Amino acid sequence: MVPFAGWNMPVMYSSILNEHQAVRGSAGIFDISHMGQFIVRGESAEAWLNRLLANNVAKLGDGQGQYSFLLNERGGVIDDLIVYRRRAGEFFLVVNAAKADEDLAWLKAHGEAGAELIDQSAEWAGMAVQGPESPAAWAKVFPDTDLPPRNGIADLPGGGIVCRTGYTGEDGFEYFCPASQGAAAFRSFIDARASPCGLGARDTLRLEMCYPLNGSDLSPERTPIEAGLGFFVDLEKGDFIGRERLAAQKQAGPDERLVAIECTGKSAPPRAGYAVVGPDGKGLGTLSSGVLSPSLGRGIGMAYLPRECAKVGTEVQIDVRGRQFPAVIVKKPFYKPTHQKG
Amino acid sequence: MNIPEDLRYDKSHEWVRLEGDTATIGITDHAQEELTDVVFVELPEVGRAVDAGDPTAVVESVKAASDIYSPVAGEVVEVNDAVEADPALVNTDPYGAGWIYKLKVRDMAQVEAMMDAAAYRGMIG
Repeated sequence: MVPFAGWNMPVMYSSILNEHQAVRGSAGIFDISHMGQFIVRGESAEAWLNRLLANNVAKLGDGQGQYSFLLNERGGVIDDLIVYRRRAGEFFLVVNAAKADEDLAWLKAHGEAGAELIDQSAEWAGMAVQGPESPAAWAKVFPDTDLPPRNGIADLPGGGIVCRTGYTGEDGFEYFCPASQGAAAFRSFIDARASPCGLGARDTLRLEMCYPLNGSDLSPERTPIEAGLGFFVDLEKGDFIGRERLAAQKQAGPDERLVAIECTGKSAPPRAGYAVVGPDGKGLGTLSSGVLSPSLGRGIGMAYLPRECAKVGTEVQIDVRGRQFPAVIVKKPFYKPTHQKG
Repeated sequence: MNIPEDLRYDKSHEWVRLEGDTATIGITDHAQEELTDVVFVELPEVGRAVDAGDPTAVVESVKAASDIYSPVAGEVVEVNDAVEADPALVNTDPYGAGWIYKLKVRDMAQVEAMMDAAAYRGMIG
């Protein structure tokens, strides 16, 4: 168990490798009760969120969700989150545990009449069931209720909520329920053959997909454009906080880009903080994340590199305790799940 | 927990098997269980002189890199290339095929001063 954003969280239940394989091959369950949940509602809720978030909330229909960013004035990332439209004038936001307080303070500081903000983080337990067999696990626990379509959200009898999302690249869902029901629900999904998985496997699975981890790959100093996540930014929707910088970067091209780096041979596991160097030994940047990919059997990582070194196919080296391991910049993601559907 | 009676143990969870003045060194069953899936082993160079307590090898699991400290002083005379090729040997056979390196011991008294199996078992509780 390790301290994580004020919670005690297991790095693993059995083995990171076994848990990783469970999610890629069958189904795993992660406790995500630490994540923050906000409700935003009122007649101005949509317009207000659209001035604070980088993606376009107006594109959501009832029961649909999208990945988005809360940005500072310089376009830097305060948090990455998923926003769901429950119904006209009511939105459900799922945010990072470590940033929930900061998000709330920012949202309150930019609050306006007609948009009510309610922090429900303490009320909800959450669990992510992920993997090709997660729909089967769902059907065992909730035989009378269908999962929503990809990125969708649905209410459940008994007060729960289910979202067809995740952080692994596999098919799956996130189930939120009143905190008092959390432990029993977690056990019911284990009984439905989902293997419990910890933070270790969560990190290897998300990095194989190049999903960013806020605090590592995203920060208040980095924009979604630099992170290669411009797809989740809508510069045409009207003004929002951070827009000016993003528009300028999109036009000129960012000076640095977050790239995916894969070791070309056997290597020590790359880890955050290791230097990325050019063929001439010159330092180019630092890994923001790194692991030995259990699916590929190769070291993988991400780093912000100067744009002239950021092209796919560029050869670099990763420095591990003074030893250099050859690597190459590859197209994202590192791994393509074969089971994606929904 | 497997703690062979014929080995000596260090508080940082290395074991030593003494044959003449050669010490074979690895990590204990308890250590491999704590580290879980070992995915990489960095071996010392043959011929390197080490002091007791020097970080001499690195054993990496998915979650972390852990230094292996030499329990005694001496000169590295052999390394186990097999664990470089198949790091999981450290998990599956920590006292056998998963050994890490061999030292020509400089001072036998350092080996004598290490814990025996009973003392190590007491330490890890």
